[in-house]
Amino acid sequence: MPRPKTGAASGTYRTFGETLRGLKTTMARYVEGPKTIQYPEEKVPVYPRFRGRHKLHRFEDSELEKCVGCSLCAAACPADCIRVVAAENTPDNRVSAGERYAAVYEINMSRCIFCGYCETACPFDAITMGHDFELSDYNRSDLIFTKEMLLAEPVERTPLRSEGE
Amino acid sequence: MLAVVGYYEDWWIQILKAIVIFAVFLGILPIVIVAERKLLGRFQHRYGPNRVGPFGFLQPLAEILKFATKEPMQPKTAVGFLFAAAPVISIVTAVAAIAVVPFSNTVDIFGTQVGLYGIDSSIGILYAFAFGAIAFYGLMLGGWASGSKYSFLGAMRAAAQLISYEVAQGLALVGVIMTAQTLSLTEIVTAQEGMWYIVPQFVGFLIFLIAGFAETNRAPFDLPEADAELVQGYMTEYGGTRMVAFLFAEYLNLLIVSALVVTIFLGGWMLPFGIDPPTWVDPIVVLGKISLMMFFFIWVRATTPRLRYDQLMSFGWKILLPLATLNALVTAIILVITD
Repeated sequence: MPRPKTGAASGTYRTFGETLRGLKTTMARYVEGPKTIQYPEEKVPVYPRFRGRHKLHRFEDSELEKCVGCSLCAAACPADCIRVVAAENTPDNRVSAGERYAAVYEINMSRCIFCGYCETACPFDAITMGHDFELSDYNRSDLIFTKEMLLAEPVERTPLRSEGE
Repeated sequence: MLAVVGYYEDWWIQILKAIVIFAVFLGILPIVIVAERKLLGRFQHRYGPNRVGPFGFLQPLAEILKFATKEPMQPKTAVGFLFAAAPVISIVTAVAAIAVVPFSNTVDIFGTQVGLYGIDSSIGILYAFAFGAIAFYGLMLGGWASGSKYSFLGAMRAAAQLISYEVAQGLALVGVIMTAQTLSLTEIVTAQEGMWYIVPQFVGFLIFLIAGFAETNRAPFDLPEADAELVQGYMTEYGGTRMVAFLFAEYLNLLIVSALVVTIFLGGWMLPFGIDPPTWVDPIVVLGKISLMMFFFIWVRATTPRLRYDQLMSFGWKILLPLATLNALVTAIILVITD
């Protein structure tokens, strides 16, 4: 490709044409309209396997917790953000389906890297990753999620992407 | 000889007129600022400001409040009096130039003849250019009095650019002035009855428009400011309301250049294709045309990158100025032949 001539006259001639082309381009963008997603009001739907806030599960029939307090999730956690203290199930205080249950189950969300290893490590599918990603808070201590918070039915704030979307 | 004023009313009507015209322009300014930001957004697939008030229309109010509550600061090396005077000069010259923009001819309001313009001077164009030239002092003094090297360099660049392009801008109008045989803006509009000057004076129109971009420091000629690399040039040391004053003057100048283009080349208050609306529509027509021009200015800003300094200078002196001279010459020859 030959080098375009420098100098005022030919440069101006070239620039004039290119400017018109540029004006056409920007006007086309204007006609297309904004592509912004107005975040707090509109949200991008997440994929089914999106790794958001964790959820702890119960058995649907017996309402017993699936977690048996084995601490495998805590062992698998690369960020070391899970704390599990196990306790024995007794006949009059039966919390989980196994021999033991998690007396304390805490996830420090300010440390969690949402890798999903806890989900993989769990032998009973007691912990899974949910879809909620809006986890900011005013205090660090508020980001330590207790067992009750993780067991509670989560508020579905994030739309899920439907099939083929 | 002093300038001849075509028609003037009683003193109280003049004061009333001045207030109304000033209020109209002052009212347009925030709309222009919001419109510019919203349009720039649209040109880039964005919405622009849309959070403050309905559709973001209270954005300028929020910004003015923010600027007004800032502490006025000036550098130790600044020349206090001039530092404070520079934005005032900018604003006063911009406001003064509004006076010659005609919105319509003299109209009959409740039995009184009132001209819908600030003043119909026989040197209307010269008046506008004179105040445009004084406006340089605002930038120059502002940059110099800041007592900062960067402001000073910015002011130098601004002055060099404005002076270069003012020559071409003035010469571009010579063709129109020769054709219309008058300097009064009202008479130039009435002379466009039948054909707007954009047709016979298309080259002049282009030169005036391009030079207008340079005169108002708009992209692609926004080198005096160059927010990215020169941190606002001559305005570097300004903040708070004083900077608002500079920005205010800039947008006012933009409106004035748009109004001048509309008046001189786009037939002022006239409509094409022989449509002849009642007189009270005239100011609306002028404002409509001004907003179209503003849209064009914003459109260009969204499109073009900034020129390099040497490109700016060679374009101004090697292309625009000879072209403007040639345009004046050809117009003169044609006028003599057809006379």
